[in-house]
Amino acid sequence: MLRLSDVNLLTVKNLSVRIEDKLIIDDLNFDLKSRERLSILGPNGAGKTVLLKALLDLIPYTGEIVWAAEVRLGYVPQKIDADIHLPLTFTDLFRAKCRTLKVPPADLNEVSNSIGLTRELLETPVGHLSGGQFQRGLIAFALIGKPNLLLLDEPTASVDEPGEEHIYELIHRLQDEHNLASIMVSHDLSFVFRYATNVLCLNRQRVCFGAPREALSPDVLEKLYGEPMGFYHHNHKDHLKSEPPA
Amino acid sequence: MTTSETYSVILVLLTALAAGLVGSFALMKRMSLAGDVVSHIALPGLGVAMLLKVNPLVGAAIALLLGTVLIWQLQNRATMTTDVAIGVIFTAALAIGTVLTPSEDLIEALFGGFEGLTLLWFVIGLLAVITIVVFVLAFRYKLILSLFSPELAAATGVNVSRLNLYFLLVFSLTVLLGLRFLGALLVGALIIIPAAIGRQLTHTLTAFLLTSSIASVLSVILGFSISRFYPHLVIGHVTLNLTLGPAIIAVATVLFLLSLLRKKI
Repeated sequence: MLRLSDVNLLTVKNLSVRIEDKLIIDDLNFDLKSRERLSILGPNGAGKTVLLKALLDLIPYTGEIVWAAEVRLGYVPQKIDADIHLPLTFTDLFRAKCRTLKVPPADLNEVSNSIGLTRELLETPVGHLSGGQFQRGLIAFALIGKPNLLLLDEPTASVDEPGEEHIYELIHRLQDEHNLASIMVSHDLSFVFRYATNVLCLNRQRVCFGAPREALSPDVLEKLYGEPMGFYHHNHKDHLKSEPPA
Repeated sequence: MTTSETYSVILVLLTALAAGLVGSFALMKRMSLAGDVVSHIALPGLGVAMLLKVNPLVGAAIALLLGTVLIWQLQNRATMTTDVAIGVIFTAALAIGTVLTPSEDLIEALFGGFEGLTLLWFVIGLLAVITIVVFVLAFRYKLILSLFSPELAAATGVNVSRLNLYFLLVFSLTVLLGLRFLGALLVGALIIIPAAIGRQLTHTLTAFLLTSSIASVLSVILGFSISRFYPHLVIGHVTLNLTLGPAIIAVATVLFLLSLLRKKI
């Protein structure tokens, strides 16, 4: 009998993406099962964001991207080039998403508790929020419609370092509470080792795929980033930050 | 005031309301420039229609439809040359329109005017206003998502490209409505200036939409009154030529300047 954990939420076969004749992703294959947490790792320009956009069907591609019927996606983009003068609050945006998806209006108290933003901040124009507050708002936005799979593109890119840890913890806690599978682009190797069940190393092609402790050997990291990495995973919580790739 | 003039007054006020609503979203979508191009593209249509002795608004409508699709295509490509192309279309349309429009009609085509409306045109105008207001209200949530982030909107299931086309068509319909009163050069300003006032004074969405619409309607009421009662206002040795279109936009500009002095509500 087929168990739930065996079901592929996502199957990607022979995926290639070209942008203006440049091959950004070349013949990529991977899959994602229920409740898996996949991290996508790779240097700048490796095609990580492009991969998420292809998964969301925002850009043309060749090959196959097959989502299971039960998948409901929530997407947290890397950054948003929003006009800081826009008279929009996250409350407006939550309402707009609920109406667009035709789901009941978000319970703002519940949302504000779950992401640690006060009601007052949810009523503040988005341009007046700090990087961390804005990112929390985007995560809450992604959770509307009760997704079972989150796509996150470097969710801490616009957050300062102390805030980064809080955002990762928030995402991790929400994943536990809501049983969410996830696909996350991340530069943070310590996060990958702590939270990911699988890792996909991407540099135009697939460099590695599998459980982080097996897939991420020093050789693989060197191949991925083109030079030796000063990172060795361990379990001491005091040394959670990895050396960023040069 | 004759019945046909009453029709005109009602329609210009409703046009102002539609312009305030559409302008608010146009401003948030950062398409003020594209908005001006749309209105200028009407001019060659007006000119050709006048040459062929058909209703100028029919010519303007056809030109606007073509212009709308052209701008939509440019938006979809989103290449580095979009701004350049819009700049070229803007000036070319103005030049071709000026060449084509009979000189006795040129001033009115550029700056608008006030005359009575037949019941048929009034009803057509009324239907256009209803279409615009219903569109903005029905699509406001999708518009909000798409102007915040086209990517997030698409991930939420909004067809952003199609929504942009609908919005441009509604924008053009608003231009077409205002064209008779404000002319090809000024109608874009009735869409953008009241929205700029709204944004200056407010920081919530509802207040923004309301304030823009009120500023637009107020500009038209005051502008119409001035052009009706003081069409040739004399100040010292200068006689001001206050026809409807310039009077409305002058009032709107004064309101905008005043708005710069006020704090946000």
